Amino acid sequence: MQSDNWFLYEVFIRSKNGMAHKHAGSVHAQDAETAILSARDLYTRRGEASSLWIIRSKDIIASDPAESGELYDPADDKIYRHPTFYSVPDGVKNM
Amino acid sequence: MYSTDLRTDAEKRRAQKADAKRSVEDAAFLDAFQARIDAGDIIEAKDIMPEGYRKTLVRQISQHAHSEIVGMLPEGNWVTRAPTLRRKLILLAKIQDEAGHGLYLYSAAETLGRSRDDMVADLLSGKAKYSTIFTYPTPTWADMGTIGWLVDGAAITNQIPLCRCSFGPYARAMVRVCKEESFHQRQGYEIVTTLAQGTPEQKQMAQESLDRIWWPSLMMFGPPDGASAHSSQNMKWKIKRHSNDELRQRFIDTTVPQAEFLGLKIPDPDLKWNEERGRYDFGDIDWSEMWAVIKGGGICGKARIRARKAAHKEGEWVRAAAAAYAQKRNSEKAA
Repeated sequence: MQSDNWFLYEVFIRSKNGMAHKHAGSVHAQDAETAILSARDLYTRRGEASSLWIIRSKDIIASDPAESGELYDPADDKIYRHPTFYSVPDGVKNM
Repeated sequence: MYSTDLRTDAEKRRAQKADAKRSVEDAAFLDAFQARIDAGDIIEAKDIMPEGYRKTLVRQISQHAHSEIVGMLPEGNWVTRAPTLRRKLILLAKIQDEAGHGLYLYSAAETLGRSRDDMVADLLSGKAKYSTIFTYPTPTWADMGTIGWLVDGAAITNQIPLCRCSFGPYARAMVRVCKEESFHQRQGYEIVTTLAQGTPEQKQMAQESLDRIWWPSLMMFGPPDGASAHSSQNMKWKIKRHSNDELRQRFIDTTVPQAEFLGLKIPDPDLKWNEERGRYDFGDIDWSEMWAVIKGGGICGKARIRARKAAHKEGEWVRAAAAAYAQKRNSEKAA
Protein backbone atom coordinates (compact mmCIF):
# COMPACT_ATOMS: atom_id res chain seq x y z
CA MET A 1 0.00 0.00 0.00
CA GLN A 2 3.01 2.27 0.28
CA SER A 3 3.03 5.35 -1.86
CA ASP A 4 5.61 7.12 0.25
CA ASN A 5 7.63 7.86 -2.82
CA TRP A 6 4.85 10.13 -4.09
CA PHE A 7 5.79 13.76 -4.16
CA LEU A 8 3.94 16.47 -2.37
CA TYR A 9 3.17 19.50 -4.53
CA GLU A 10 1.89 22.88 -3.38
CA VAL A 11 -0.90 24.32 -5.51
CA PHE A 12 -1.38 27.99 -6.37
CA ILE A 13 -4.50 29.30 -8.07
CA ARG A 14 -5.06 32.46 -10.10
CA SER A 15 -8.79 32.96 -9.80
CA LYS A 16 -8.92 35.25 -12.83
CA ASN A 17 -6.47 37.19 -14.93
CA GLY A 18 -5.43 40.35 -13.22
CA MET A 19 -5.15 38.61 -9.84
CA ALA A 20 -2.05 37.05 -8.33
CA HIS A 21 -1.68 33.32 -7.78
CA LYS A 22 -2.63 32.36 -4.26
CA HIS A 23 -1.72 29.27 -2.30
CA ALA A 24 -4.65 26.84 -2.30
CA GLY A 25 -3.31 23.64 -0.76
CA SER A 26 -1.33 20.59 -1.74
CA VAL A 27 -1.66 17.37 -3.72
CA HIS A 28 0.27 14.12 -3.89
CA ALA A 29 1.44 13.04 -7.32
CA GLN A 30 4.14 11.15 -9.12
CA ASP A 31 4.88 13.81 -11.69
CA ALA A 32 4.11 17.41 -12.50
CA GLU A 33 1.61 16.64 -15.22
CA THR A 34 -0.64 14.50 -13.04
CA ALA A 35 -0.15 16.92 -10.17
CA ILE A 36 -1.76 19.62 -12.32
CA LEU A 37 -4.67 17.30 -13.15
CA SER A 38 -5.14 16.33 -9.50
CA ALA A 39 -4.97 19.98 -8.48
CA ARG A 40 -7.62 20.74 -11.11
CA ASP A 41 -9.88 18.00 -9.69
CA LEU A 42 -9.26 18.92 -6.08
CA TYR A 43 -9.19 22.71 -6.02
CA THR A 44 -11.16 23.92 -9.03
CA ARG A 45 -14.40 21.93 -9.02
CA ARG A 46 -16.39 25.15 -9.08
CA GLY A 47 -14.50 27.17 -11.64
CA GLU A 48 -12.09 28.69 -9.12
CA ALA A 49 -9.14 28.98 -11.49
CA SER A 50 -7.96 30.57 -14.70
CA SER A 51 -4.43 29.39 -14.05
CA LEU A 52 -2.68 26.85 -11.83
CA TRP A 53 0.87 26.77 -10.54
CA ILE A 54 2.36 23.78 -8.79
CA ILE A 55 5.73 23.35 -7.19
CA ARG A 56 7.33 20.49 -5.32
CA SER A 57 6.82 21.25 -1.65
CA LYS A 58 10.41 20.38 -0.87
CA ASP A 59 11.59 23.08 -3.29
CA ILE A 60 9.99 25.85 -1.25
CA ILE A 61 12.46 27.71 0.88
CA ALA A 62 10.69 29.21 3.87
CA SER A 63 11.94 31.58 6.52
CA ASP A 64 12.30 30.25 10.04
CA PRO A 65 9.73 31.55 12.53
CA ALA A 66 12.32 31.26 15.31
CA GLU A 67 14.36 33.89 13.47
CA SER A 68 11.46 36.21 12.72
CA GLY A 69 12.80 38.68 15.26
CA GLU A 70 16.19 39.28 13.67
CA LEU A 71 14.82 38.87 10.18
CA TYR A 72 12.16 41.52 10.36
CA ASP A 73 13.16 43.91 13.10
CA PRO A 74 15.29 46.12 10.83
CA ALA A 75 11.96 47.46 9.57
CA ASP A 76 10.56 48.10 13.04
CA ASP A 77 12.42 51.36 13.82
CA LYS A 78 11.89 53.01 10.45
CA ILE A 79 8.53 54.50 11.06
CA TYR A 80 9.44 57.35 8.69
CA ARG A 81 8.75 54.90 5.88
CA HIS A 82 5.04 55.23 6.59
CA PRO A 83 3.09 58.23 5.32
CA THR A 84 1.42 58.64 8.71
CA PHE A 85 4.83 59.64 10.15
CA TYR A 86 4.52 63.07 8.52
CA SER A 87 2.21 65.84 9.53
CA VAL A 88 0.56 67.74 6.75
CA PRO A 89 -0.41 71.36 7.52
CA ASP A 90 -4.12 71.98 7.88
CA GLY A 91 -5.64 73.22 4.68
CA VAL A 92 -3.27 71.29 2.42
CA LYS A 93 -5.33 68.91 0.32
CA ASN A 94 -4.85 65.92 -1.95
CA MET A 95 -1.75 64.62 -0.18
CA MET B 1 -4.23 26.80 2.07
CA TYR B 2 -2.18 24.77 4.52
CA SER B 3 1.47 24.64 3.40
CA THR B 4 3.35 21.59 4.39
CA ASP B 5 5.89 20.96 7.13
CA LEU B 6 8.39 23.30 5.51
CA ARG B 7 10.94 23.14 8.28
CA THR B 8 14.49 22.68 7.01
CA ASP B 9 16.56 19.81 8.36
CA ALA B 10 18.45 22.29 10.51
CA GLU B 11 15.19 23.60 11.97
CA LYS B 12 13.92 20.09 12.67
CA ARG B 13 17.20 19.19 14.38
CA ARG B 14 17.04 22.34 16.45
CA ALA B 15 13.43 21.65 17.42
CA GLN B 16 14.37 18.10 18.40
CA LYS B 17 17.24 19.39 20.50
CA ALA B 18 14.99 21.93 22.16
CA ASP B 19 12.40 19.23 22.80
CA ALA B 20 15.00 16.96 24.35
CA LYS B 21 16.28 19.73 26.57
CA ARG B 22 12.72 20.43 27.60
CA SER B 23 12.14 16.73 28.18
CA VAL B 24 9.21 17.73 30.30
CA GLU B 25 7.48 20.70 28.73
CA ASP B 26 7.93 23.15 31.52
CA ALA B 27 5.34 25.54 32.77
CA ALA B 28 7.09 28.55 31.24
CA PHE B 29 6.97 26.99 27.78
CA LEU B 30 3.31 26.01 28.07
CA ASP B 31 2.38 29.39 29.51
CA ALA B 32 4.13 31.21 26.69
CA PHE B 33 2.22 29.12 24.17
CA GLN B 34 -1.06 29.69 25.99
CA ALA B 35 -0.34 33.42 26.00
CA ARG B 36 0.00 33.35 22.20
CA ILE B 37 -3.34 31.54 21.95
CA ASP B 38 -5.00 33.94 24.40
CA ALA B 39 -3.71 36.90 22.37
CA GLY B 40 -5.51 35.49 19.34
CA ASP B 41 -2.38 34.37 17.50
CA ILE B 42 -2.83 31.75 14.82
CA ILE B 43 -0.37 28.87 15.02
CA GLU B 44 1.22 27.82 11.74
CA ALA B 45 2.84 24.53 10.80
CA LYS B 46 6.42 25.65 11.36
CA ASP B 47 5.76 27.20 14.76
CA ILE B 48 6.92 25.65 17.99
CA MET B 49 3.97 24.05 19.79
CA PRO B 50 3.43 21.73 22.76
CA GLU B 51 3.45 18.06 21.88
CA GLY B 52 -0.06 17.72 23.28
CA TYR B 53 -1.35 20.41 20.92
CA ARG B 54 0.31 18.71 17.95
CA LYS B 55 -1.00 15.27 18.93
CA THR B 56 -4.53 16.49 19.56
CA LEU B 57 -4.65 18.15 16.18
CA VAL B 58 -3.21 15.18 14.31
CA ARG B 59 -5.83 12.97 15.96
CA GLN B 60 -8.72 15.34 15.37
CA ILE B 61 -7.84 16.33 11.80
CA SER B 62 -7.07 12.77 10.72
CA GLN B 63 -10.32 11.49 12.28
CA HIS B 64 -12.12 14.26 10.46
CA ALA B 65 -10.43 13.24 7.19
CA HIS B 66 -11.31 9.57 7.72
CA SER B 67 -14.94 10.56 8.35
CA GLU B 68 -15.09 12.39 5.03
CA ILE B 69 -13.63 9.39 3.21
CA VAL B 70 -15.81 6.76 4.92
CA GLY B 71 -18.74 9.16 4.55
CA MET B 72 -18.68 8.53 0.81
CA LEU B 73 -19.74 4.91 1.32
CA PRO B 74 -23.31 5.22 2.65
CA GLU B 75 -24.05 7.59 -0.23
CA GLY B 76 -22.22 5.51 -2.80
CA ASN B 77 -24.85 2.89 -1.97
CA TRP B 78 -27.42 4.91 -3.92
CA VAL B 79 -25.49 6.19 -6.97
CA THR B 80 -26.71 3.46 -9.31
CA ARG B 81 -30.27 3.72 -8.02
CA ALA B 82 -30.78 7.46 -7.83
CA PRO B 83 -34.34 8.16 -9.03
CA THR B 84 -33.39 10.58 -11.82
CA LEU B 85 -30.32 11.55 -13.79
CA ARG B 86 -30.37 14.96 -12.10
CA ARG B 87 -30.27 13.37 -8.65
CA LYS B 88 -27.53 11.01 -9.77
CA LEU B 89 -25.30 13.83 -11.02
CA ILE B 90 -25.84 15.79 -7.81
CA LEU B 91 -25.09 12.76 -5.66
CA LEU B 92 -21.89 12.06 -7.59
CA ALA B 93 -20.82 15.69 -7.21
CA LYS B 94 -21.47 15.56 -3.47
CA ILE B 95 -19.52 12.33 -3.06
CA GLN B 96 -16.65 13.82 -5.04
CA ASP B 97 -16.69 16.81 -2.68
CA GLU B 98 -16.41 14.46 0.31
CA ALA B 99 -13.32 12.89 -1.23
CA GLY B 100 -11.94 16.41 -1.71
CA HIS B 101 -12.67 17.30 1.91
CA GLY B 102 -10.83 14.19 3.02
CA LEU B 103 -7.82 15.22 0.96
CA TYR B 104 -7.80 18.84 2.21
CA LEU B 105 -7.84 17.47 5.74
CA TYR B 106 -5.13 14.86 5.22
CA SER B 107 -2.96 17.67 3.83
CA ALA B 108 -3.68 19.84 6.85
CA ALA B 109 -2.74 16.96 9.17
CA GLU B 110 0.41 16.28 7.17
CA THR B 111 1.68 19.76 7.99
CA LEU B 112 2.05 18.44 11.55
CA GLY B 113 4.53 15.82 10.44
CA ARG B 114 2.40 12.68 10.00
CA SER B 115 2.29 11.21 6.49
CA ARG B 116 -0.98 10.55 4.70
CA ASP B 117 0.09 6.95 4.15
CA ASP B 118 0.42 6.42 7.87
CA MET B 119 -2.99 7.93 8.52
CA VAL B 120 -4.64 5.83 5.83
CA ALA B 121 -2.92 2.73 7.21
CA ASP B 122 -4.42 3.49 10.62
CA LEU B 123 -7.88 3.74 9.10
CA LEU B 124 -7.55 0.46 7.22
CA SER B 125 -6.16 -1.40 10.22
CA GLY B 126 -9.05 -0.22 12.37
CA LYS B 127 -6.73 1.70 14.68
CA ALA B 128 -8.13 5.10 13.71
CA LYS B 129 -11.66 6.22 14.46
CA TYR B 130 -14.14 8.03 12.28
CA SER B 131 -17.55 9.52 12.94
CA THR B 132 -20.03 6.95 14.24
CA ILE B 133 -22.75 8.35 11.97
CA PHE B 134 -21.24 6.64 8.93
CA THR B 135 -21.63 3.17 10.42
CA TYR B 136 -25.40 3.41 10.01
CA PRO B 137 -26.99 1.80 6.95
CA THR B 138 -28.85 3.75 4.26
CA PRO B 139 -31.72 1.44 3.35
CA THR B 140 -33.89 3.92 1.41
CA TRP B 141 -33.43 6.78 -1.04
CA ALA B 142 -34.85 9.13 1.59
CA ASP B 143 -31.66 8.58 3.57
CA MET B 144 -29.75 10.47 0.87
CA GLY B 145 -31.96 13.44 1.64
CA THR B 146 -31.82 13.08 5.40
CA ILE B 147 -28.06 12.65 5.41
CA GLY B 148 -27.56 15.85 3.42
CA TRP B 149 -30.01 17.74 5.57
CA LEU B 150 -29.10 16.45 9.03
CA VAL B 151 -25.64 14.92 8.81
CA ASP B 152 -24.17 17.66 6.65
CA GLY B 153 -26.19 20.16 8.66
CA ALA B 154 -24.63 18.89 11.89
CA ALA B 155 -21.21 18.88 10.22
CA ILE B 156 -21.67 22.53 9.22
CA THR B 157 -22.65 23.46 12.78
CA ASN B 158 -19.46 21.79 13.98
CA GLN B 159 -17.23 23.13 11.24
CA ILE B 160 -18.17 26.79 11.12
CA PRO B 161 -16.47 27.51 14.47
CA LEU B 162 -13.49 25.43 13.29
CA CYS B 163 -12.88 28.07 10.60
CA ARG B 164 -11.54 30.14 13.53
CA CYS B 165 -9.53 27.30 15.04
CA SER B 166 -6.13 28.38 16.41
CA PHE B 167 -4.26 26.14 13.97
CA GLY B 168 -4.06 27.94 10.62
CA PRO B 169 -3.90 25.00 8.20
CA TYR B 170 -6.97 23.35 9.80
CA ALA B 171 -8.90 26.61 9.86
CA ARG B 172 -8.17 27.31 6.19
CA ALA B 173 -9.21 23.79 5.19
CA MET B 174 -12.47 24.33 7.10
CA VAL B 175 -13.24 27.56 5.26
CA ARG B 176 -13.10 25.69 2.00
CA VAL B 177 -15.08 22.74 3.33
CA CYS B 178 -17.83 24.93 4.77
CA LYS B 179 -18.33 26.71 1.45
CA GLU B 180 -18.96 23.35 -0.20
CA GLU B 181 -21.07 21.80 2.56
CA SER B 182 -23.78 24.35 2.05
CA PHE B 183 -24.66 22.77 -1.30
CA HIS B 184 -24.73 19.37 0.40
CA GLN B 185 -27.25 20.42 2.97
CA ARG B 186 -29.51 22.15 0.48
CA GLN B 187 -29.57 19.26 -1.97
CA GLY B 188 -30.47 16.97 0.94
CA TYR B 189 -33.27 19.21 2.11
CA GLU B 190 -34.55 19.39 -1.46
CA ILE B 191 -34.76 15.59 -1.63
CA VAL B 192 -36.62 15.44 1.70
CA THR B 193 -38.92 18.27 0.59
CA THR B 194 -39.81 16.45 -2.61
CA LEU B 195 -40.63 13.28 -0.67
CA ALA B 196 -42.50 15.09 2.10
CA GLN B 197 -44.69 16.82 -0.46
CA GLY B 198 -45.16 13.67 -2.55
CA THR B 199 -47.41 10.64 -2.18
CA PRO B 200 -48.30 9.33 1.30
CA GLU B 201 -45.78 6.50 0.75
CA GLN B 202 -43.06 8.99 -0.11
CA LYS B 203 -43.85 11.11 2.91
CA GLN B 204 -43.72 8.03 5.09
CA MET B 205 -40.35 7.14 3.64
CA ALA B 206 -39.05 10.60 4.56
CA GLN B 207 -40.48 10.31 8.08
CA GLU B 208 -38.95 6.88 8.65
CA SER B 209 -35.59 8.14 7.51
CA LEU B 210 -35.81 11.09 9.91
CA ASP B 211 -36.74 8.64 12.67
CA ARG B 212 -33.62 6.59 11.93
CA ILE B 213 -31.12 9.39 11.55
CA TRP B 214 -32.27 12.04 14.06
CA TRP B 215 -30.67 10.62 17.20
CA PRO B 216 -27.44 9.44 15.57
CA SER B 217 -27.03 12.93 14.08
CA LEU B 218 -27.32 14.47 17.56
CA MET B 219 -24.57 12.09 18.69
CA MET B 220 -22.27 13.56 16.03
CA PHE B 221 -21.53 16.43 18.42
CA GLY B 222 -19.87 14.00 20.80
CA PRO B 223 -20.55 13.09 24.40
CA PRO B 224 -22.11 15.60 26.81
CA ASP B 225 -19.70 18.21 28.14
CA GLY B 226 -19.28 16.49 31.49
CA ALA B 227 -18.19 13.23 29.85
CA SER B 228 -15.98 14.56 27.06
CA ALA B 229 -12.37 13.52 27.50
CA HIS B 230 -10.60 16.27 25.55
CA SER B 231 -13.08 19.10 25.57
CA SER B 232 -11.76 21.59 28.12
CA GLN B 233 -8.10 21.55 27.06
CA ASN B 234 -9.16 21.88 23.43
CA MET B 235 -11.30 24.89 24.31
CA LYS B 236 -8.35 26.44 26.12
CA TRP B 237 -6.16 25.95 23.08
CA LYS B 238 -8.96 27.30 20.89
CA ILE B 239 -9.00 24.16 18.81
CA LYS B 240 -12.63 24.02 19.79
CA ARG B 241 -14.59 27.23 20.21
CA HIS B 242 -17.85 25.88 21.66
CA SER B 243 -18.75 22.90 23.80
CA ASN B 244 -20.39 19.77 22.39
CA ASP B 245 -23.66 20.56 24.16
CA GLU B 246 -23.78 24.13 22.89
CA LEU B 247 -23.26 23.04 19.28
CA ARG B 248 -25.86 20.29 19.65
CA GLN B 249 -28.37 22.82 20.98
CA ARG B 250 -27.67 25.17 18.06
CA PHE B 251 -28.25 22.37 15.60
CA ILE B 252 -31.54 21.41 17.21
CA ASP B 253 -32.71 25.02 17.31
CA THR B 254 -32.08 25.54 13.60
CA THR B 255 -33.31 22.12 12.45
CA VAL B 256 -36.63 21.73 14.26
CA PRO B 257 -38.39 24.53 12.30
CA GLN B 258 -37.08 23.00 9.06
CA ALA B 259 -38.79 19.70 9.97
CA GLU B 260 -41.97 21.52 10.97
CA PHE B 261 -42.04 23.28 7.62
CA LEU B 262 -42.14 19.90 5.91
CA GLY B 263 -44.77 18.50 8.27
CA LEU B 264 -42.33 15.87 9.51
CA LYS B 265 -42.19 14.90 13.15
CA ILE B 266 -38.94 14.86 15.09
CA PRO B 267 -38.89 11.51 16.92
CA ASP B 268 -38.54 13.01 20.39
CA PRO B 269 -41.64 13.19 22.61
CA ASP B 270 -39.86 15.56 25.01
CA LEU B 271 -38.97 18.11 22.34
CA LYS B 272 -40.63 21.44 23.02
CA TRP B 273 -39.92 25.14 22.70
CA ASN B 274 -38.76 26.72 25.93
CA GLU B 275 -39.96 30.30 25.85
CA GLU B 276 -37.80 31.32 28.78
CA ARG B 277 -34.55 29.96 27.35
CA GLY B 278 -35.49 30.87 23.82
CA ARG B 279 -34.30 27.42 22.81
CA TYR B 280 -35.72 23.94 22.42
CA ASP B 281 -35.73 21.47 25.30
CA PHE B 282 -35.12 17.94 24.14
CA GLY B 283 -35.16 14.40 25.48
CA ASP B 284 -32.26 12.39 26.87
CA ILE B 285 -29.88 10.95 24.33
CA ASP B 286 -29.20 7.24 24.67
CA TRP B 287 -25.42 7.43 24.91
CA SER B 288 -25.11 3.68 25.36
CA GLU B 289 -25.90 3.47 21.64
CA MET B 290 -22.95 5.69 20.71
CA TRP B 291 -20.52 3.88 23.00
CA ALA B 292 -21.72 0.55 21.60
CA VAL B 293 -21.03 1.79 18.05
CA ILE B 294 -17.57 3.04 19.04
CA LYS B 295 -16.75 -0.28 20.68
CA GLY B 296 -18.45 -2.69 18.34
CA GLY B 297 -18.23 -0.84 15.03
CA GLY B 298 -21.96 -0.39 14.56
CA ILE B 299 -24.16 -2.07 11.97
CA CYS B 300 -21.95 -1.30 8.98
CA GLY B 301 -18.57 -0.67 10.61
CA LYS B 302 -16.99 -3.85 9.31
CA ALA B 303 -18.47 -3.37 5.84
CA ARG B 304 -17.13 0.20 5.68
CA ILE B 305 -13.56 -0.83 6.41
CA ARG B 306 -13.87 -3.81 4.10
CA ALA B 307 -14.98 -1.46 1.33
CA ARG B 308 -12.06 0.93 2.01
CA LYS B 309 -9.58 -1.94 1.98
CA ALA B 310 -11.00 -3.27 -1.27
CA ALA B 311 -10.85 0.20 -2.84
CA HIS B 312 -7.26 0.56 -1.74
CA LYS B 313 -6.32 -2.82 -3.16
CA GLU B 314 -8.19 -2.29 -6.39
CA GLY B 315 -6.47 1.06 -6.80
CA GLU B 316 -3.04 -0.51 -6.55
CA TRP B 317 -2.62 -0.81 -10.34
CA VAL B 318 -3.56 2.87 -10.76
CA ARG B 319 -0.80 3.91 -8.38
CA ALA B 320 1.63 1.55 -10.09
CA ALA B 321 0.67 2.94 -13.50
CA ALA B 322 1.14 6.51 -12.27
CA ALA B 323 4.59 5.65 -10.99
CA ALA B 324 5.54 3.86 -14.20
CA TYR B 325 4.29 6.77 -16.31
CA ALA B 326 6.26 9.27 -14.26
CA GLN B 327 9.36 7.13 -14.57
CA LYS B 328 8.95 6.82 -18.32
CA ARG B 329 8.49 10.56 -18.71
CA ASN B 330 11.59 11.22 -16.65
CA SER B 331 13.73 8.81 -18.66
CA GLU B 332 12.45 10.38 -21.90
CA LYS B 333 13.45 13.78 -20.62
CA ALA B 334 16.87 12.51 -19.59
CA ALA B 335 17.45 10.91 -23.01
